[in-house]
Amino acid sequence: MIESWAALVGVVSVVVATLAIGTWSLRFSRTTSDFLVASRSVRPALNASAISGEYISAASFLGVAGLVLVFGAEMLWYPVGWTAGYLVLLVLVAAPLRRSGAYTLPDFAEARLESRTVRALCSLLVVVVGWLYLLPQFSGAGLTLRAAVGLPTWVGTTVVALVVLAGVAGGGMRSITFVQAFQYWLKLTALLIPAMVLLAVWVGDGATNPADIAPVGSAAGTDTSWSLPIGAGTQGLYATYSLIIATFLGTMGLPHVVVRFYTNPDGRAARRTTLVVLMMLAAFYLLPPIYGGLGRVYADRLGDLDQSDSLVLELPRVMLPGIGGEILTGLLTAGAFAAFLSTASGLTIAVAGVLGQDVTGRRFGRVRLSGISAFRVGACLAVVVPALLAFTTLEVGVARMVGLAFAVSASTFCPLLVLGIWWQGLTAPGAVAGLLVGGIGSGVAVVWTLFEISTTGWPAVLLGSPAAWSVPAAFLTMVVVSRATRGRTPAGTRRFLVRLHTPEVVPLDRG
Amino acid sequence: MDWLRLPRRPPLGSEADRATFAALHTISQASPALREGLTASSAERAVKHLRTLLGTPAVALADTAGMLVWDGMGRHHAAQVTELIATTLELGDTGATTLECDRPGCRLRHAIATPLAIEDRVVGVLLAMSPGPTAGLLLATHEVALWVSGQLELANLDAERTRAMEAEVRALRAQISPHFIYNSLGAIASFVRTDPDRARDLLLEFADFTRYSFRSHGEFTTLAEELRSIERYLMLEQARFGDRLQVSLRIAPEVLPASVPFLCIQPLVENAVRHGLESVEGVGQLTITARDLGQECVVEVEDNGVGEDPDLVRRALAGDRSLDSVGLGNVDARLRNAFGDDYGLVVETAPGAGTKVIVRVPKFAPGVHP
Repeated sequence: MIESWAALVGVVSVVVATLAIGTWSLRFSRTTSDFLVASRSVRPALNASAISGEYISAASFLGVAGLVLVFGAEMLWYPVGWTAGYLVLLVLVAAPLRRSGAYTLPDFAEARLESRTVRALCSLLVVVVGWLYLLPQFSGAGLTLRAAVGLPTWVGTTVVALVVLAGVAGGGMRSITFVQAFQYWLKLTALLIPAMVLLAVWVGDGATNPADIAPVGSAAGTDTSWSLPIGAGTQGLYATYSLIIATFLGTMGLPHVVVRFYTNPDGRAARRTTLVVLMMLAAFYLLPPIYGGLGRVYADRLGDLDQSDSLVLELPRVMLPGIGGEILTGLLTAGAFAAFLSTASGLTIAVAGVLGQDVTGRRFGRVRLSGISAFRVGACLAVVVPALLAFTTLEVGVARMVGLAFAVSASTFCPLLVLGIWWQGLTAPGAVAGLLVGGIGSGVAVVWTLFEISTTGWPAVLLGSPAAWSVPAAFLTMVVVSRATRGRTPAGTRRFLVRLHTPEVVPLDRG
Repeated sequence: MDWLRLPRRPPLGSEADRATFAALHTISQASPALREGLTASSAERAVKHLRTLLGTPAVALADTAGMLVWDGMGRHHAAQVTELIATTLELGDTGATTLECDRPGCRLRHAIATPLAIEDRVVGVLLAMSPGPTAGLLLATHEVALWVSGQLELANLDAERTRAMEAEVRALRAQISPHFIYNSLGAIASFVRTDPDRARDLLLEFADFTRYSFRSHGEFTTLAEELRSIERYLMLEQARFGDRLQVSLRIAPEVLPASVPFLCIQPLVENAVRHGLESVEGVGQLTITARDLGQECVVEVEDNGVGEDPDLVRRALAGDRSLDSVGLGNVDARLRNAFGDDYGLVVETAPGAGTKVIVRVPKFAPGVHP
């Protein structure tokens, strides 16, 4: 306990800094000369930092390194996909989504399809995806505190849940852009500095090639499959493609990512922001594989699936016993906590917003909560449900869990957004059918993976990585049902699409 | 679950009941079109329901410019009723004429024309053509024409309400002019010799401010645009008041892209300066805060001026025009109109205690975009 003071200091200072910036970061001006500064829109660079900060979650910070250690190079598809998702977002969605004026995904669905049913279904899916994504953040927090400080798992989960709830419900979200931007740079630093130090240690030790080390858990000699990008056999190939589809197409449907785009002043700024995000994520994701590789050289004993998520935190202690390792671990713990806090707050705000508008803000009998109370009740719901789930299920790895959230998002919101933006034939019944097929398909797979791990063979692969079949199924359903209900194309479709695809500088009646 | 109950619908009652239901149903179908006023397209959509209601082989509608639409058989008679339409429009009274026809199969021999009037002004004619004159048809045509007139009158009211709203926005634009323009130009003039650079800057701000305020297109704008215009306004006011007016802005940049009704914050700021600060001794404090609340944005305009009697504010919000609160009721009405009744203005004030006006706007509302 005593020797882990560095980690504790790190965690406490991150929590304090987050709440402080959140509370006092309104732009302030007292003299007329900086009025114009105060009301200037958020610049793409700042907004991109915020998006990246919110996006880099526990799965990226801790999970990727562990996966690379255990399963080898094919797991690099996770960071590749998480970054490339923004490329798809940039090309197909960013600018039109901003021009639609929608704040959340349900807003977009309502504006495009003029249907309350589609809106309600989208709200439900936002909550599902949000909860699925929150779950690994909370369980990861428990894991981190256990590994770094030695506290029981439930402590970390409870701490993160409470801090997020306090920050979100207590008004710390008044101006979250600055908080999230700060978190990106904090996370980058927290991962970069220890990586540099550890690389120096590795070079000093003679720079053993990680691929030459015997694979974890087997006594066989040199097996090169660890360093290959695609798993063995057709199942491995299928799982890889499924992962690629889920991560490439799932990013655009993540509720906390979409709401950030509203902050951009116009479609052009939305594109620029996405471009900067791509660069920032690409830079960040170079680091976790370093930990994976070094872990293979130095820390075989962490090769169990259970412990792999704590590899990043343990590695400095293993490689640099003593005070130096403790300080690095402290820095890494702080970064990991920043990852939990930022992603969890962003998700909680997004989910609480939808719950507050479409569930807790509704009239129950005679009671109707006002806007802010409805939001707070929504925030409580948004945090409590996944936190409770986090106490029960810990068997699934952090990155794998996030992968499932991506699969659900890719099977539902991706078809809705892509077809809604690029095809004027989409109808409300078509959208509903597609959302149901994609949502139920991937949802069944998620539940199966969470509660039934004993399945093996093809069923396990198909259910463990559903995106490769559920995404095409959702697209196909949407197109076929829309063709069948051709007469029910919303009246304002053409006008709406013109607005989505015309740059703001073009003078045009957008009414 | 309506389809579950369909087979057990209660019996419709007697023959007469059913006829009444049918007539009421036809009326309800004709009414949406007529509520748009008497135009070629609305007439076209309403006329077939009117023919069902009257039960004649042909019905026509005309406005003051002439025939709009003819529904049913015997369209070739249209030329023969031109004179009847003209006399009906002129006299404002029901008229009838016989129709000459040698075409085989054409049964139309008689036409009744009834005026459609909005507040005693004849705006159109309803024509019912039949094989022969009957008293029943005359009576029915008269009643239907009265009902159509009622609908047109309602349509007129709708249009007038919209026009009134637009006129108020125009008035808000115009309202900025007299005092403010005079005072600003005076203040700028005082800088011309002592600080020509500042005078030039202020003049440019003034130009930008008027361009925004007098722009003629678009019902909505972004919060960023609105705040920018407010900044210019305050810059000009500060040139005049100097240190007597202290302004602080606290803006969460996330709310800047939100769509708001054009000129919905600016009148509140103007109010705060005029009523709150001008009459107060010493330094006037004005605070404008824009906060992000997830799905909503909250803008607060607060001053430490003389305040106001809450009852007066209540009356101003209710639309009492005799009061000197610039646009308070108008801003409230337009916010409610755009976002629904949940989003009216909230005013916290008391005599001597300053005033705080709170505007809430959702980040997204269907159909609201700049």
